[in-house]
Amino acid sequence: MPGSTLLHIDGVEKRFGGFVAVDGLSLEVKAGEFFALLGPSGCGKTTLLRMLAGFETPDCGRILLDGTDIAGVLPHRRPVNMMFQSYALFPHLNVSDNIAFGLKRAGMARDEIATRVAEMIALGRLEGLERRKPNQLSGGQQQRVALARALALRPRLLLLDEPLGALDKKLRDSTQRELMDLQRRLGTSFIIVTHDQDEAMTMADRIGVMNHGRLVQVATPRQLYEQPASRWVAEFVGDVNIFEGRIERREDQRLVIACHNTGAIVAAAPRQSLAGEAVCVAIRPEKMKLSRQGPAEAAIQAGAINRLEGTVSNLGYLGDISSYGIALDAGATLRVSVTNTARVDVDDFRPGERVVVWFEPDDCVVLDP
Amino acid sequence: MAGRAQPGLSRFNVTALALGLGFLYLPIVILVIYSFNASRLVTVWGGWSLRWYVEFFNDQAMLAASWMSLRVAAASATAATVLGTLAAIALSRGARFKGRTLFSGMLYAPLVMPEVITGLSLLLLFVAINVERGFWTVTVAHTTLTMCFVTVVVQSRLNSLDRSLEEAAMDLGCSPVRAFLSASLPLIAPSIAAGWMLAFTLSLDDLVIASFTTGPGSATLPIRIYSEIRLGVKPEVNAICTLFIGLITLLIVSASLASKISSARGDNAARA
Ligand SMILES: Nc1ncnc2c1ncn2[C@@H]1O[C@H](COP(=O)(O)OP(=O)(O)OP(=O)(O)O)[C@@H](O)[C@H]1O
Ligand SMILES: [Mg+2]
Repeated sequence: MPGSTLLHIDGVEKRFGGFVAVDGLSLEVKAGEFFALLGPSGCGKTTLLRMLAGFETPDCGRILLDGTDIAGVLPHRRPVNMMFQSYALFPHLNVSDNIAFGLKRAGMARDEIATRVAEMIALGRLEGLERRKPNQLSGGQQQRVALARALALRPRLLLLDEPLGALDKKLRDSTQRELMDLQRRLGTSFIIVTHDQDEAMTMADRIGVMNHGRLVQVATPRQLYEQPASRWVAEFVGDVNIFEGRIERREDQRLVIACHNTGAIVAAAPRQSLAGEAVCVAIRPEKMKLSRQGPAEAAIQAGAINRLEGTVSNLGYLGDISSYGIALDAGATLRVSVTNTARVDVDDFRPGERVVVWFEPDDCVVLDP
Repeated sequence: MAGRAQPGLSRFNVTALALGLGFLYLPIVILVIYSFNASRLVTVWGGWSLRWYVEFFNDQAMLAASWMSLRVAAASATAATVLGTLAAIALSRGARFKGRTLFSGMLYAPLVMPEVITGLSLLLLFVAINVERGFWTVTVAHTTLTMCFVTVVVQSRLNSLDRSLEEAAMDLGCSPVRAFLSASLPLIAPSIAAGWMLAFTLSLDDLVIASFTTGPGSATLPIRIYSEIRLGVKPEVNAICTLFIGLITLLIVSASLASKISSARGDNAARA
């Protein structure tokens, strides 16, 4: 489990010509942590990883590994290994020789290399494929060879750049579990780049969300999803309904917010807020309930529940859930997802049907607009 | 209709191919056949014989010229391969510097330069620096001529290689030079071999530049043959030419095989 700080990135910046790819980024990764970098395409994830591996030199800032600055150290002198997105297996070497490559360079004794390679073969479940060349392997097998090769040197830190990008969904799911398992067992710190948020959520202890070369939020998967730091993060991670409005008044732990096209919404007030301030309210689709009648009268009387009325405009059936598009009478459109707990569709709402959407104040997040 | 369904060649294609190949190879076939001619007269068929081959192996001047040509070809091809490969590496791996396009353009100039001009300018150079003309001057001249061919072959291969292979090697503990040697060199080796063979055949074949840059007493084979032919064609020349056609065919076939292997490895690299 995560312990002391292994990697300390301090105000690192990287420019390509006039373009700032990584912009004064700071981050700490603990020993044994599984850290995921998430962000839209071109936000600088690969660039950051390449600086950690040593293929790019930061223009300013420090990268401390175990307290020593490695920003200017050449890649082959760093106790950091990288698993490449393209796998970069040596086509002229077989599986064993690929895995042994780094061990031979490190000057390890012959029998020691053989033991370590065998260990890595077992780890990557590559038994029987030792003599094959990379082009005689399936995508999933190549991916495991690349992982075994990167782990063979027992690095303190393993960098993975979209390692599962080329795998199909089933294989990806099982590989995710294997990776997590492996990481727990070896205690190596992993930094994984991905733009698949489910992948980041499933695997990582903490996730760093990047945009325009900066980290906009670093948090556990749950915090990231339930307590996004900004509207941008809320919209980037998962689906969300956003309503813009102004704070009307404060009632002990509650805020009453007048939203432009939904009417008043009561939300939990986690922070200092002034009446009249422009804000937006974010609610995840699965936090909303959908019914023909709405919640019990008593609950509404208590003022604890938001109740909005509208018409079903479309629906999407996704197997485990159904996603409804609702056009509110007040003008807004929103998405509500409902778990399909029964196999038959008697409870489904049809397009054009009148419905009531309701949700708890505690499920609303108030953010800057 | 049945003819349409055939995936093979249509009548037109067969005719076109026959005409084209006939035009290319008929003279060579005739030369090879006549090299086994027993008659002293080149144009009269006097039955099969190996007489002219025997004659060639007893002709000291011809043997010396052949030996000279082979030595020049081997030496210049080796030098051209080393220089050409280095140039290719510099051009495809070096940082982008100002005037890089101009440099790579200049490297390819000998490809399109008329040989007479190359030969003459080299001759002027050798005269100016006052070196004795012979084996070394021809070798240097041929290196100049063939280096750019090697560069073209090797550079195209290098550019298609996945750079992350070298990065992976560095990541696993290789210094940058070492990474190039262990990750990229094995993949471009076949095209370097192909470049060498190309340079070898080009050098063997060259008459113009060799005539300009060689000195008295060190004629290459093409020069020797050319001067013999001006006095009338001896059937012996046919025999020599046949031997060299055999050698060159062998080299060209192995060069194309090598580049096939090279690109096949590259495909694997791309898949891997
Ligand atoms: N060598 C380079 N020269 C110039 N610009 C570069 C270079 N490498 C990256 N960039 C730019 O830096 C930005 C960040 O690139 P980077 O590869 O880090 O993005 P990324 O977050 O990994 O994106 P993706 O998810 O698409 O892989 C991009 O806009 C890219 O165009
Ligand atoms: Mg990337």
